[in-house]
Amino acid sequence: MSEPRRLSLRPVRPVLWLALLVVLLALPLYLEAAWLKAGQYMMVGAVGAIGLTMLIGQAGQLSLAHAFFLLAGGTSYTVLSGPTGDQRVLGLGLDPGLALLGAVAISTLLGLAFAPVAGRLRGIYLGVASLSLVFLGLYFGQAAESLTGGTSTGRPPATFELFGFPFSNAGPEIELLGVPLRQAERVWYLFLALTVIAFVLARGAIRGRTGRAWRAVRDNEAAASVMGVGVARAKAGAFAVSSAYAGLAGVMTVLWFDILKPDESEFGTYGINTSIAFLAMVIIGGLGSVSGALVGALLVNGLPQVLSLYAADLGWFTGTGDGAFTPALISSFVYGAAIVLVVLFEPGGLAAIGRRITGLLRTTHPGKDR
Amino acid sequence: MNTFLQLVVNGLGKGAVFALLALGFVIIFKATEVINFAHGSLVLFGGYLVVVTKESLGWAGAAICGVLAAGLLGLAVERLLLSRARLADANSLALLTIGIDVIITEEIVRRLGVSLPFIGEAWDARPLQLGGITLFRTHLVALAVAAILITGFYLAFRFSNWGIAMRAQAENREAAALMGIRSSRVTATAWLVAGMLAGVAVLFIATQDFSGAGLSRGTHSIALAAFPAAILGGLDSTAGAVVGGLVVGLVEALSAQYVSFDFAKSAVFLVMLVVLVIRPSGLFGTRESTRV
Repeated sequence: MSEPRRLSLRPVRPVLWLALLVVLLALPLYLEAAWLKAGQYMMVGAVGAIGLTMLIGQAGQLSLAHAFFLLAGGTSYTVLSGPTGDQRVLGLGLDPGLALLGAVAISTLLGLAFAPVAGRLRGIYLGVASLSLVFLGLYFGQAAESLTGGTSTGRPPATFELFGFPFSNAGPEIELLGVPLRQAERVWYLFLALTVIAFVLARGAIRGRTGRAWRAVRDNEAAASVMGVGVARAKAGAFAVSSAYAGLAGVMTVLWFDILKPDESEFGTYGINTSIAFLAMVIIGGLGSVSGALVGALLVNGLPQVLSLYAADLGWFTGTGDGAFTPALISSFVYGAAIVLVVLFEPGGLAAIGRRITGLLRTTHPGKDR
Repeated sequence: MNTFLQLVVNGLGKGAVFALLALGFVIIFKATEVINFAHGSLVLFGGYLVVVTKESLGWAGAAICGVLAAGLLGLAVERLLLSRARLADANSLALLTIGIDVIITEEIVRRLGVSLPFIGEAWDARPLQLGGITLFRTHLVALAVAAILITGFYLAFRFSNWGIAMRAQAENREAAALMGIRSSRVTATAWLVAGMLAGVAVLFIATQDFSGAGLSRGTHSIALAAFPAAILGGLDSTAGAVVGGLVVGLVEALSAQYVSFDFAKSAVFLVMLVVLVIRPSGLFGTRESTRV
């Protein structure tokens, strides 16, 4: 084979990831709280998008239900860790760390409960069917006030604690290289840890047996079952895993906003918009690519945050009311256009562009992580 | 009993509008196998043009303008974007329409700002009493218009050259192309017709009688309820679109009364979910089969 020699980044890849991690670990020492807050929101998106990219890109199941699982995870955490004895809302008073695990478990179970339905449907039918979960979530948020706190006031979540260490301004004062670690820094490290865990687990799943089964089912269900892949099992598994990720992202969302507030209409924090935003991250990143999903989240969840921070500095987009260009609006335009451009010109998304640039395409096995 | 009859009448009136929207989905799906997620934005676009031109053209002129504009936008989306993405499969194209939808909807909602204009002034809010039942004119006109348009579409689909070409293409794209059917023309007209149906539907949606609210983001979400209508009827069945539309209208009206107003939106999707579990391709849809 006379394959052209290409510059391969394969050996230095782990080094690059490590460098990125070091940078992310060091950022709180240099950035202001507002920027850290923006970064945290990108990580919320990243965790959710990693889950969705496995479901859509690897297992080939279109889902628009992500926002519902976000709500499920957020509500579960708030209820599990909420103070007991509140007249208005239900709380179980569990340790927040335990509540986080419980919230992920509940989201997973809900995903599994939907799996039989998902298993019967394909493609667009599944996409629209899963949309019904978002509407059920909307109703649930309005109706189950003792759990969600209702649409008008919502309810505050318990501050996250790990072995008694609070991720807030309370508790022991810690300084790192002269920088006090307050809420923004602590939550940054918490979210970073969660994102890294989510990322590593996802890469593991995709590279292993599970991922192979998902891709087999995606490419041809009949062929997959002939080869001994349990099709129903693989599909249900993908749905459960993706719901778990969305549930975790939901917990992070609630912690980020510092309030659980269900939507009044279907266009809110847990509404269709959010489902579509996650879909956008996944499409822009390149369906099925975990690192692509990270970049997608950076763009879709990060842009409005970054724009509004710059807006404060530069005096852009400060208009309100009629016909104002808000940061959220601008980023909707950008990611809407990005979806269109990606489908038209580069169906592999940013992941494919990245691969092309680094020339890694030839050195990895084709189709391995798409 | 009167309440029930009243609800059925209201439900059918709304259902007629959902049928128009669902038919739009089905026409596009039949011609191209693409689900048009941008349908809601075509609805908004048509409505917006009515609002903008109402002053100068009068209501009737503005209505015609809005319907045409929605149709032309559909056509433009197909010609300028979808037809260029020849390599993408139908599912990716559906995702592409999501991107289009986000852009158009956000821009129109921005332009509307806080004004939420009603646009069905030719028939809005002048109810007729019949026995103990109140008949909203919007619903009556919607039923009549939907009946005429759907019958017209059905006849054209059955007997015209366009209908034959369309059915041939829906049956087998390659074979139809080999038989000399210009697939691009069929596809383009499908989008044009679907867009125009969306433009007609918005004349009823943004009224006091139908939604109680003017043109807004809410209009887009009402158009979303046509999704379940199209899906539960079966995406490739025109009769299914009509039945689906009426079912959605009835479910919404009845559940709003007997369960709760908040539940009505979810009820529509819940009914769709139940139908899909029992019949994964909808009530009248063609079943996909896998041979091993």
